[in-house]
Amino acid sequence: MGATIVEKIFSGRCAGTVHAGDVVMAPVDGAMIHDITGPLAIRKFYEMGGEKVFDPRRIIMLFDHQIPADSIEAAKNHVFMRKFAAEQDIHNYDICEGVCHQVVMEKGHAAPGEIIVGADSHTCMYGAAGAFATGIGSTDMGFVLKFGALYFRVPESIRTEVSGKFQPRVGAKDLILAIAADIGADGATYKAIEFCGETIRRLDMAGRMTCCNMAIEMGAKAGIVAPDSITWEYLKGRRAVTPFSLASDPDAPYSERRSYDVRRLEPQVAVPHNVDQGVPVGKVAGTPVNQVFIGSCTNGRFEDFAEAAEVLGDRKFSEKVRVLIIPSSRDEYLKILRAGILEKFVTAGALVEAPSCGPCMGGSFGLLAPGEVSLSTSNRNFRGRQGSTEAFVYLCSPATAAASAVAGEITDPREV
Amino acid sequence: MRVWKFGDDIDTDAIIPGRFLTINDEKELAQHAFEGTRDDFAKLAQEGDVIVGGRNFGCGSSREHAPLALKGAGVRYIVAQSFARIFFRNAINVGLLPLVCPDTSAIRDGSSIVVHERKGTIIVDGKEYRIEPVPEFMYNIVEAAGLVGYAKQLKEVPLCTKSRR
Ligand code: SF4
Repeated sequence: MGATIVEKIFSGRCAGTVHAGDVVMAPVDGAMIHDITGPLAIRKFYEMGGEKVFDPRRIIMLFDHQIPADSIEAAKNHVFMRKFAAEQDIHNYDICEGVCHQVVMEKGHAAPGEIIVGADSHTCMYGAAGAFATGIGSTDMGFVLKFGALYFRVPESIRTEVSGKFQPRVGAKDLILAIAADIGADGATYKAIEFCGETIRRLDMAGRMTCCNMAIEMGAKAGIVAPDSITWEYLKGRRAVTPFSLASDPDAPYSERRSYDVRRLEPQVAVPHNVDQGVPVGKVAGTPVNQVFIGSCTNGRFEDFAEAAEVLGDRKFSEKVRVLIIPSSRDEYLKILRAGILEKFVTAGALVEAPSCGPCMGGSFGLLAPGEVSLSTSNRNFRGRQGSTEAFVYLCSPATAAASAVAGEITDPREV
Repeated sequence: MRVWKFGDDIDTDAIIPGRFLTINDEKELAQHAFEGTRDDFAKLAQEGDVIVGGRNFGCGSSREHAPLALKGAGVRYIVAQSFARIFFRNAINVGLLPLVCPDTSAIRDGSSIVVHERKGTIIVDGKEYRIEPVPEFMYNIVEAAGLVGYAKQLKEVPLCTKSRR
């Protein structure tokens, strides 16, 4: 019998045949820690008797959740982590580069066939680079820092085949919100979601990242796209790797097969307070919004802002709405700056923040008051995620966010 | 020991809101557990109390602050119909035992509960419920008081040793 791409990655790294369901102590090719989960991971490393990390070149550190430091406590955490990086010779991007997952991708820290862990749940995003990548907790990370390995249960895979061409102003975010609504918040728990089919093959890296990023919202351990010419092209200049083939066999033992056709897919909005509560935008059109946030690791790339800017056109954002634009990294920031997109947003009335998690994190800035409504391109709308537990967070694509920011209420981007 | 009953999809933002994540101490975290969603918990939870949830308990972020906050509040067991993956691992790694019970819907808040994890049962208000067996390697970690204790016993990692679940 054949094997899934995830089984092949584990077999490759473990030098033996590994099947879904096996529990293995596997080597880790890369590890990422950030300002929220990092301090605890470092403490755990020391508690485990750690002195030197397993391999400083395989670990990266950065600060993105609470930057620039928004409290004395946050500043102290940053100092603690900087000291660790210096002592251990770990590369620290500090507050300069952007949101962890975007930075890992664009600096070439994830490549096909690798096993990567991050102390953050959306680490599954690097599946867009053909890696098996999963989020772990701080104690697990402490263990990884010390030993360069971790125990994994090799997951079963759900084959998610997507076909058809998107309507204008409908895209990857609408697709993944629709898939999340279909699979449910726990429908893929412990499993990997493998995205495939003609639509995925045509999708750019930005769109693949959006899809893999949200695999965790269905409980999945990983999201993954088999590497192809788009993947290798993206890695050029970021990572010295020679293309090789890595894909599931046709007779791979999937736990489930699902297929989606996007031809008639409408823009989707996930309504409070769960990510799997996706509905076509028409169902909630007219809902007044107080804050629109375009950014996060899910949708803070050049392609996302370009889409939002196209919808915006020469109009102004509604005066009733606070519009926050937060690029996911310095590179993406520069791209939209040079393309004149930032100027467009600022002219239209938006507030532009430096690359960071911003309101997505819910503990830093851009928080909501009780009763307020946020429309956000991020990945979670849990109660209290962006501030008050009595606020309401809706999730959507950059196009829907821009159309709604202009109108002051949730609006179908195809109608503006 | 009393039951603190919760519903489905209890997420880590509910267990410990983002604004408290600069705290790393479990006792201090416990003072903010479920703040804004279930304020009586932090005030009244006692050593040995058990949390009972529905489906997908602990979904959301990888913050270990969530199981730590519950541990700090004195919780030793969490019983639910299913757990989110990262939370499940994190709970074990900090020395909390997540127990899967196929149907928790009849369990009421405030009931008295006794857990016999090795026997695979829980007794709630005198009624017995079956819980799923805990894989051996997870016991090893919980019994070492978490992954830290387990790691201390290890000289080097047994790379790629394979064990069937
Ligand atoms: S942008 Fe949001 S989801 Fe992404 S890493 Fe930051 S807090 Fe997490």
